[in-house]
Amino acid sequence: MNVNGEVLIQVKDLKKQFGKHVVLDGITTDIQKGEVVVVIGPSGSGKSTFLRSLNLLEKPTGGQILFDGEDITLSGTNIDIHRQKMGMVFQQFNLFPHMTVLKNITLAPVKTGKMVQAEADRKALDLLERVGLPEKAQSYPDMLSGGQKQRIAIARAMAMEPEVMLFDEPTSALDPEMVGEVLAIMQGLAQSGMTMVVVTHEM
Amino acid sequence: MNLFYDDFIVDNRYKYILKGLGNTLLITLFAVLIGIAIGFLIAIIRSSHDKMDRPGFFVKFLNVLSKLYLAVIRGTPTVVQLLISFFIIFTSPNASKLMVATLTFGINSGAYVAEIIRSGIMSIDGGQMEAGRSLGLNYAKTMRHIIMPQAFKNVLPALANEFIVLLKETSICGYIGMMDLTKGGDIIRSATYDPFLPLLTVAAIYLVLVCGLSALVGRLERRLRTSER
Repeated sequence: MNVNGEVLIQVKDLKKQFGKHVVLDGITTDIQKGEVVVVIGPSGSGKSTFLRSLNLLEKPTGGQILFDGEDITLSGTNIDIHRQKMGMVFQQFNLFPHMTVLKNITLAPVKTGKMVQAEADRKALDLLERVGLPEKAQSYPDMLSGGQKQRIAIARAMAMEPEVMLFDEPTSALDPEMVGEVLAIMQGLAQSGMTMVVVTHEM
Repeated sequence: MNLFYDDFIVDNRYKYILKGLGNTLLITLFAVLIGIAIGFLIAIIRSSHDKMDRPGFFVKFLNVLSKLYLAVIRGTPTVVQLLISFFIIFTSPNASKLMVATLTFGINSGAYVAEIIRSGIMSIDGGQMEAGRSLGLNYAKTMRHIIMPQAFKNVLPALANEFIVLLKETSICGYIGMMDLTKGGDIIRSATYDPFLPLLTVAAIYLVLVCGLSALVGRLERRLRTSER
């Protein structure tokens, strides 16, 4: 795809262990701008742990992660700033059930001071159009199907205009007939040049 | 009719009830506010501490302090706390009984509110915090906009219960010679030797207050439930 050789995320000798149990044992890899990296492997092999380490939802026990050339594993790093540029989509969607879809999408851009509400609303409606759910802006997550929830979750992550999107088994919790709609959105995203790291069972 | 006249009209005795009711409401209202303030603070300290991998010294210290507070307040009777407040801590002649009672009940309620709110925070799926943080919101903003509103909604019935208990618990104010609703009715009883009307009147007023409070909370609950199918 649109890989131009510029490295976005550099992983150096990444290690993670829970107690004595070693999950990640020295992973080194580069993720380039515009690249779509898919991580596959059997259950329990540490795919998700690797992905979640990239935005420090899991704290590595060793090694370095350089994002835009900056080592985010250093103790003084303000991780929030970096996470604003790393969208994440979860297996269980994790939409905010007490907010409308529109509010779900606009919360982060507004509360981090990235956009004012009106601007975020406009952006959110654009994104809803893009994921094919413009009529759901005022719905609450409980009223949506699994596939719709995941598409909203993608829109929510995209609202921060991230440089990379991390997908943690985005279709594993979906009924089979809903997998397609989510994959289609992800394909569109990849074609638009978004850098993506995807952990999946879906081949 | 004669009894009623004796109990409430002679010497304007109804004023005991009115004055007492006013005090009961004042104490309850401000104790609730103090309780909520303390409760939120303690709950956030405790749950933040429990969620951290390696809490720093300051957080550990606050957590120990919070646990001590919970143990002492929940481990001793409210009457004893009230007596200690009045006879040992606030011995200054300038300290008003109203202030002593309000503070005591507020500090007492805070312990229960803290555990209620903490249970609410713990009941929220961990994915909510992760989702908020992954969007680049910091811990405080995620707590405020994502975790707390959901936690609050979940514990509203338990909180309402706590405030109902608090309202009725203020009836022990008589122990420090403070005239609340109960004491007011009791003063009439001792003056007229009629226990029947004054005490039933007092009971009825508590009942109406509690029913009103329940109805109010019920309405709030319904409003917060709009996000559900």
